[in-house]
Amino acid sequence: MGNGPEIIKSVCMDAEDIERAMTRMAHQILEVNKGADDLAIVGIYTRGDLLARKLQERISSIEGVDVPLGALDISFYRDDYMTHFAPEVHSTDIPFSIDGKTVVLVDDVLYTGRTIRAALDALMDIGRPARVELAVLVDRGHRELPIRADFVGKNVPSSSDESVRLFLEEVDGIASAVDILEVAPGERVGAAPLQLRKGE
Amino acid sequence: MTFPHRHLIDITEYSRDDIMLMLETAERFKEVNERRIKQVPTLKGTTIVNMFNEPSTRTRSSFEMAEKRLSANSLNFGGSSTSTVKGESLSDTVETLCAYKIDMIIVRDKHAGVPRKIADLSGVHVIDAGDGKHQHPTQALLDLYSIWQEKGTLEGLNVGIVGDIAHSRVCGSLLPALKIMGAHTVAIAPPTLLPACPDVLGADEVTSDLDSVLPDLDVVYMLRVQRERLEGAPFPSLREYNMLYGLTQARDRLMRPDAIVCHPGPINRGVELDSFMADHPERSVILDQVYAGILVRMAALYLLLGGSNDGIDA
Amino acid sequence: MALMLKGARCIDPQVGLDEVCDILIRDGKIVSVGHDLTMEKGVTRDLSGKVIVPGLVDMHVHLREPGYEQKEDIASGTRAAAHGGFTAVCAMPNTDPVIDNAVGVEYVKARAKEVGACRVIVSGACTKSLGGEILAEMGDMHAHGVRAFTDDGHGIQDAGMMRRVMDYASQFDCVVMPHCQDDSLVGEGQVNEGVVSTRLGMLGWPAEGEELEIARDIALCRLTGCPVHIQHITTARGLEMVRAAKAEGLPVTCEVTPHHMFLTEDDIDDTYPTALKVNPPLRTSDDAVALVAGIVDGTVDAIVTDHAPHTDWEKDREFELAPFGMIGLETSLASVLTNLVHKGIIGYDRMIELMAVAPRRILREEPVRLEAGSVADLTVIDPDAEWTYAREGSYSKAGNSGFTGCAFKGKATDAYVGGYATMEDGVVVE
Repeated sequence: MGNGPEIIKSVCMDAEDIERAMTRMAHQILEVNKGADDLAIVGIYTRGDLLARKLQERISSIEGVDVPLGALDISFYRDDYMTHFAPEVHSTDIPFSIDGKTVVLVDDVLYTGRTIRAALDALMDIGRPARVELAVLVDRGHRELPIRADFVGKNVPSSSDESVRLFLEEVDGIASAVDILEVAPGERVGAAPLQLRKGE
Repeated sequence: MTFPHRHLIDITEYSRDDIMLMLETAERFKEVNERRIKQVPTLKGTTIVNMFNEPSTRTRSSFEMAEKRLSANSLNFGGSSTSTVKGESLSDTVETLCAYKIDMIIVRDKHAGVPRKIADLSGVHVIDAGDGKHQHPTQALLDLYSIWQEKGTLEGLNVGIVGDIAHSRVCGSLLPALKIMGAHTVAIAPPTLLPACPDVLGADEVTSDLDSVLPDLDVVYMLRVQRERLEGAPFPSLREYNMLYGLTQARDRLMRPDAIVCHPGPINRGVELDSFMADHPERSVILDQVYAGILVRMAALYLLLGGSNDGIDA
Repeated sequence: MALMLKGARCIDPQVGLDEVCDILIRDGKIVSVGHDLTMEKGVTRDLSGKVIVPGLVDMHVHLREPGYEQKEDIASGTRAAAHGGFTAVCAMPNTDPVIDNAVGVEYVKARAKEVGACRVIVSGACTKSLGGEILAEMGDMHAHGVRAFTDDGHGIQDAGMMRRVMDYASQFDCVVMPHCQDDSLVGEGQVNEGVVSTRLGMLGWPAEGEELEIARDIALCRLTGCPVHIQHITTARGLEMVRAAKAEGLPVTCEVTPHHMFLTEDDIDDTYPTALKVNPPLRTSDDAVALVAGIVDGTVDAIVTDHAPHTDWEKDREFELAPFGMIGLETSLASVLTNLVHKGIIGYDRMIELMAVAPRRILREEPVRLEAGSVADLTVIDPDAEWTYAREGSYSKAGNSGFTGCAFKGKATDAYVGGYATMEDGVVVE
């Protein structure tokens, strides 16, 4: 994982922006799906799961029902396993059947689309959802696969030598924000380093 | 961070962190093994050769299962020393296999040191699935996993290993592995079944008196008696072995209430284990060990092969 | 034809000689040893800076012919010997067929005469086919010149049989050389029983498996009066028994190999190096220290190589399946110079005693002395040559040395057998 010198070029969402975007997306999801019946929220490790929890809390409180929440680990489905490998320790936790459900997949930053491809495969091995929708906090463009988001917090135009990262206060210990960072040549564009929470 | 090992041959080369990551990764695979589609595409396109030069059903099945659940292509090679029977040397056999363009060799051989030799010869990843009387590292890992799941920790546990320690490759890996993880180990065997230097393997204590140490053990690990080795026997009879070293129902009252019983299988009922103990609902973790075998082998394949094409830009 | 060796330091403890002088040789014999010698015509060699000693003898060598010529033969084995500075070797009888009768003895002698690059002293088997059950025709072999009998490679398991061998041999002027190994204790042992056998998960070859037969054969020596030479002794306690037997006045001698002195079981790492698989096995560093002490105090009589060549394909395999043995003819002298002489542990006198004088005495061979009238078997040593042993440049067919890559100081540069050069300037003479 890239530990090279990174320079924050700009802050494109601050903590309040993030909260407002989440609230808006919760409303949009309910509007499109005409309520919360058969709805399930599944976040992708790491960070998508945390955003998914925020969305699920909002949706549940708006509708007054408990929408099922799950977390999806896609490391066994990645297409870069043989080339870029960083063993991490967390596992898929979807404690309900997704058969026949409308699953809203949640991730932080939508970029090449490869993560979502892996997540869709992972999901299909777990069950047969009626429909899968995609919610992302940031869409930064540069898609390499025919994938698009149904719900977007913010579109952030970026160049490929930049990294767009979400920091969350609860895990990173700094004020939540979406930052654009300059990537040192040769470093990978990826998620912010998340402290492994061992023995949790 | 990538996994710092290419091979799993000698458990003493692994640090406590390496082993812990292996166990935690194994735990992640529980989810895969408990759903309807018990398979992930992780190792799609990799070729793994199961080179079993010595008969083995359990270990080979467990590896094959792990490979299939990770979508690797596996090739079973050998059986009963096929190449040796035809007079082919080990090096020639390995070079032939490598000409198939493979990614990993899982090797079981009746001679110590063969996995290391294959690793040097082939350049592909190698997992030792048991070499002679030397080591059997995946067995040690699955044992650690089972104990860890049951006890929540390995550090400070008092683990007794009972039986043929001198000729056991299971011990050759398990004793040092327990040591690495901070457990306290007791080797319990008749002197005829102890190696020359049990301390070299990592035994903290050595005794031939099972009953004297049994009350202190958190884990009682029973080794299989090699019935086939009773020629020039190291003990007079199976009956006497059971009397002195068997985990009998009568010994239950000597054991701590929370002590667990492990066995690498297959069990000789009535020799090292009474059925009462083998099937004991609270104590016996023997079937958990079998399941753990799949999990740790999946973890080993996953960690060793991950990032193995590093440098070839995708 | 005369040969003048000029200006070397000539050392021979048998005649109290250690000075720079000349040696004049004619018709295979030393004519005179002295200063500023002259001759009318002949070849003169300037050997200043070199050391001349009585020709070295390795009394424990496997030449493998007849039967195992793929490993080594008399031509290649004696060239390796010459290259290592030896003027004579004693060939072990565990060939195929076994040298257990006069016909075999004559075959080896004839081949050696025809193709040999040094003298070959033939030893015969004690028992037929090394089977340990039926006496070999020791009398007939003795009549054909054999003075040493051994079942090397095998211990004679039955004490009664060993007594019969020694009783019977005692009627001839000869020595019995046991390979001490109790099979019921050694079994399939691969390496010394202890730390290494435990760590590498292989069956142990316990020291006691050797010591038990040493003790037995010393007892039988006392019983039969037959001279006994214990082969390749490896343990401190084994050596102690020989020390006690000598103190008692029994006709007991013994030998050690460079590999048991300069390598230990700790050199056998997890790459399972089959070159270090030898019988008896490499022992502990304490044992190695004890062997060197025995060299110094005189308990050990001879340094031998137990040169045991094997083909690459036999050695390049699973440790437990590889054959026992390592080669040593071309590193023996250099390892002794480097590890014992140059370190001041022993002097040249003691080295000559161990590698030239005692082997001839034990084998009932005529002594070679640096004095007029003696047969001109000589070894010339460059004591300061620094070199590294590699298979390239070696004369043995085999490469199974435990010293590959070792740096040495000192080597033989020339060797003369009966006045003829078998090696000159490091090259074997054809």
